[in-house]
Amino acid sequence: MSTQSTVAGVQPIIEARKLEKFYPQPDGSRIQVISPTDIAVYPGQIIALLGPSGCGKSTMLRMLTGLSPTSGGSVYWHGHPVGDEAPNVSIVFQSFALFPWLTVIENVEAPLEARAFAEFERHKRALRIIDAVGLDGFESAYPKELSGGMKQRVGVARALVVEPEVLFMDEPFSALDVLTAETLRGELLELWLEKKIPTRAIFIVTHNIEEAVILADRIIVLGRNPAHIHAEFSVNLAYPRDRKEPQFVELVDMIYRALTRQDHPELAEAGAPVNEAAVRKQYVMLPHTRPGGLAGLLEILVDQGGRADLHVLADELSLEVDALLPTVDTAVLLGLLKLEEGDAIITADGHAFAKGDIQERKAIFRKAVITNIPLLRQMEQALKAKANRTLSAEFFEDLLDEHFSQDEARRQLETAIQWGRYAELFDYDAASGKLTLTES
Amino acid sequence: MIPPAANRPLGARWAYASLIDIGVFISVFAVIFGIYSIGRSWLGPVRVETEISQDPASLPLYALYSLVRILVAYGLSLVFALAYGYAAAKSQRAELVLIPLLDILQSIPVLSFLPGVMLAMVALFPSRQLGVELGSIILIFTGQVWNIAFSFYSSLKTIPRDLREAAIIYRFSKWQRFMELDLPFSTIGLVWNSMMSVAGGWFFLMACEMFVLGNKDFRLPGLGSFLQTAASSGNTRAMLWGLATMVAVIVLMDQLIWRPVIAWADKFKFEQVESGTTGGNSLLNFIRRESFVIRLYRRLLHPVVNWLTIRFASGAKFAAQTLASVQTRQPRRWLFWMAATAVVALTVYGIYRTVGELALLDRGDYVILLRSAGLTFLRVNLALLIGALWTVPVGVAIGFSPRFARLMQPLVQLAASIPATALFPVLLLVLIRLRSGIEIAAMALMLLGTQWYILFNVIAGAMAIPTDLKEAAEIFRFSHWERWRRLILPGIFPYLVTGMVTASGGAWNASIVAEYFHFQGKVVEAPGLGSTISRASDTGHFHMLLGATLIMATIVVLINRVLWRRMYRLASSRFKLET
Repeated sequence: MSTQSTVAGVQPIIEARKLEKFYPQPDGSRIQVISPTDIAVYPGQIIALLGPSGCGKSTMLRMLTGLSPTSGGSVYWHGHPVGDEAPNVSIVFQSFALFPWLTVIENVEAPLEARAFAEFERHKRALRIIDAVGLDGFESAYPKELSGGMKQRVGVARALVVEPEVLFMDEPFSALDVLTAETLRGELLELWLEKKIPTRAIFIVTHNIEEAVILADRIIVLGRNPAHIHAEFSVNLAYPRDRKEPQFVELVDMIYRALTRQDHPELAEAGAPVNEAAVRKQYVMLPHTRPGGLAGLLEILVDQGGRADLHVLADELSLEVDALLPTVDTAVLLGLLKLEEGDAIITADGHAFAKGDIQERKAIFRKAVITNIPLLRQMEQALKAKANRTLSAEFFEDLLDEHFSQDEARRQLETAIQWGRYAELFDYDAASGKLTLTES
Repeated sequence: MIPPAANRPLGARWAYASLIDIGVFISVFAVIFGIYSIGRSWLGPVRVETEISQDPASLPLYALYSLVRILVAYGLSLVFALAYGYAAAKSQRAELVLIPLLDILQSIPVLSFLPGVMLAMVALFPSRQLGVELGSIILIFTGQVWNIAFSFYSSLKTIPRDLREAAIIYRFSKWQRFMELDLPFSTIGLVWNSMMSVAGGWFFLMACEMFVLGNKDFRLPGLGSFLQTAASSGNTRAMLWGLATMVAVIVLMDQLIWRPVIAWADKFKFEQVESGTTGGNSLLNFIRRESFVIRLYRRLLHPVVNWLTIRFASGAKFAAQTLASVQTRQPRRWLFWMAATAVVALTVYGIYRTVGELALLDRGDYVILLRSAGLTFLRVNLALLIGALWTVPVGVAIGFSPRFARLMQPLVQLAASIPATALFPVLLLVLIRLRSGIEIAAMALMLLGTQWYILFNVIAGAMAIPTDLKEAAEIFRFSHWERWRRLILPGIFPYLVTGMVTASGGAWNASIVAEYFHFQGKVVEAPGLGSTISRASDTGHFHMLLGATLIMATIVVLINRVLWRRMYRLASSRFKLET
């Protein structure tokens, strides 16, 4: 892991100091989404912000661009606070965010209209950039006539036409198929390396480690709950970067480990006395997975002899971190799996789970859930305490509301209900919103 | 917005151009004459008790008068609805008041606005026919505007987040956002609701062109008054001529305006992938290919819009906006308090006056009001039931069979576009001879006016049931009854609810014309809330009118809240077909 890579003597274009995001609660407490963070965007760099989904990457991007209000700290644009004046930035969106009723050229011209360019000049600039991204001949097509890759080219053209000083990209290639994404990455690098665009820095948010290593000069790894800078890497490989090169593979592996280790600091100090923070954090954050994926993961692990590198495991399952990590988290939470230095090791329970039939799996799952998940334990106890064994799901949502943001509380409850149903702890009627204890 | 002209051989383009331009040139004469006649009529002195002609030869001019009234009212509706919807969607404070208010306004029948509107307009222009004309136009307006406003509001509320963010990060001015995001995103909803509104205008035309207010008898020359007069005097020949003219005008409007507009609106569909094309419209293609409209757009409209966009563009100097600040930008404090005070004061005054008026009603009046409310309630719901009973099987049959649909769709659309009120006198001719003919006629009119909403929604619902579910029903050998219970009814349920909500509101509003009618020299009426309102308006019993209106608004809003909203929730939680 490299040291903090500041560029000596160069003033950052955008600098965020103690930037944070939280939601104040009625009772005076707050739900911290992003803890105070310093981030700087220097000229001449591609910066990748890497982290699992839902960790606050996109919120960070929106605060840096001025789209989303900050809860604390400030963002500076060439030393002046953002807010007095909008920074000259553009965003390329994951969903493209094109206006379907405008043609390609009208979409690209729209930002120029907003900046009061005359029609002739608008047209000239739009055509130039359309040519540069390889959209020649599609000027009067509507977005819905285009393939995903072509649409994102329009997104890039629209972003570049205003000659932004910093180009922000929010998971720009993750809605595309693998080949198209690779092509577009290459084209972006070409524009950037050959200085065909006046853009001075690119800030890309992604959950794809290889994408970050292919593109970026600097990779910032975000941790969760609340989001914080977990690690930072400088990439000094020459372009074009080769995925097979040993240095490339080593860096990907290192970042992989950083990503997986971050979520389980408590594992490092297993057996430590229960402290106040742990009591307050009565509810562990449940990863939003369905129990169905557990079996697949554990079975493969058994095939690998009970221990495997997570990186290998991801390859085996042809998954990205984003997809694999929540399932790994779940297995760890339930005590079916242990993590050691980027390796996953199956536990005795995990082994029994992988080898069991459906009913045995459910029994193991039920036991694991009751032992390890306070929320589900509490739900079962509350239901048992009621004479009619029935409670409204809203009751639990209210409890969770005190610990999570409203959306997150709902998602947590949804996940808990999924798990509880699978464990046959209770039944749930979606129409009435009622939970009923399963009598064994 | 219109694609740049393609590179077509010049000769072909000129041929088309000259053809259509000649057509336009000729019609200019007709337009000028039309404007001249309307101007002379509107700016002339007040003509109370105009003699409405019974001569079919006067029909073209009368049709023009009515058409202009409806179009002007629609234009006003559109402008008002855009402003209302925009205000409700962009300001949280305004939203609190405007949206519930919309619910209430929508439930008030056209005639209840009549005395207020007419007295105000006649007072404004005491010596000109313009006052009466404007009154009539505003009456039509009150029947057209609310659903458009609601449609625009809900469209604005559902603009995807990333598009809003793109508009901010690319520094769109409010004007540019309106023109390139808000309006296009709402277009499809606006078009469909405009069609419904204009149809509503035709439906209430007879009530809006000819009415008695206390001792004054207002008659405006037009198709509605022609039909009304023909019905009153029992002139069957004139009745049929009027009906034929109205159908012709509506069919022409459908072909020349709505079909091309719907085809054009297709490009505003918010979809990332091209779906099955709607086939386009030959007239639209002709206009697109063709010169006059395009040239008018390029030379006139486009430069103006462009100039405005640049004029409002904030350029490079631009204060940062966040999504939150754009959404919740509050108006100036004092402005808000002033507006709030005015609203509260007006409300208090209104309540005070209302209570005063209602105090004039004695116990007997209240008994009448409640009894008539009960009768109309029964009538409306029976009409809805009958409507649902026949439209569900027919709608499902049409929706399940593409061949049948192709055959039936145009017929159904034509039938739906004929305003039931115009058909009503003809219907009455037959039914009046039966013993409870007027009861049947009243319900028939409600049914005729509202069943189409149910039918169209059922067709859409049946078409939305996925083929694999139908195939599953086939494989499991569902019996006929099981197929309906397990597959079809749950599948169309959300659509059926949507249709029934609209139909229910429409039937209540229609009761004012369905239960009370001038026919063959006498008043034909079925006891009910609608006839109470119409009679009160006719005889100038304002306190009775007020009481009946309040009761009707309360019932409609209550039914919406208690019944339909629950059904909606059920539909969206349990019966939603998710992919």
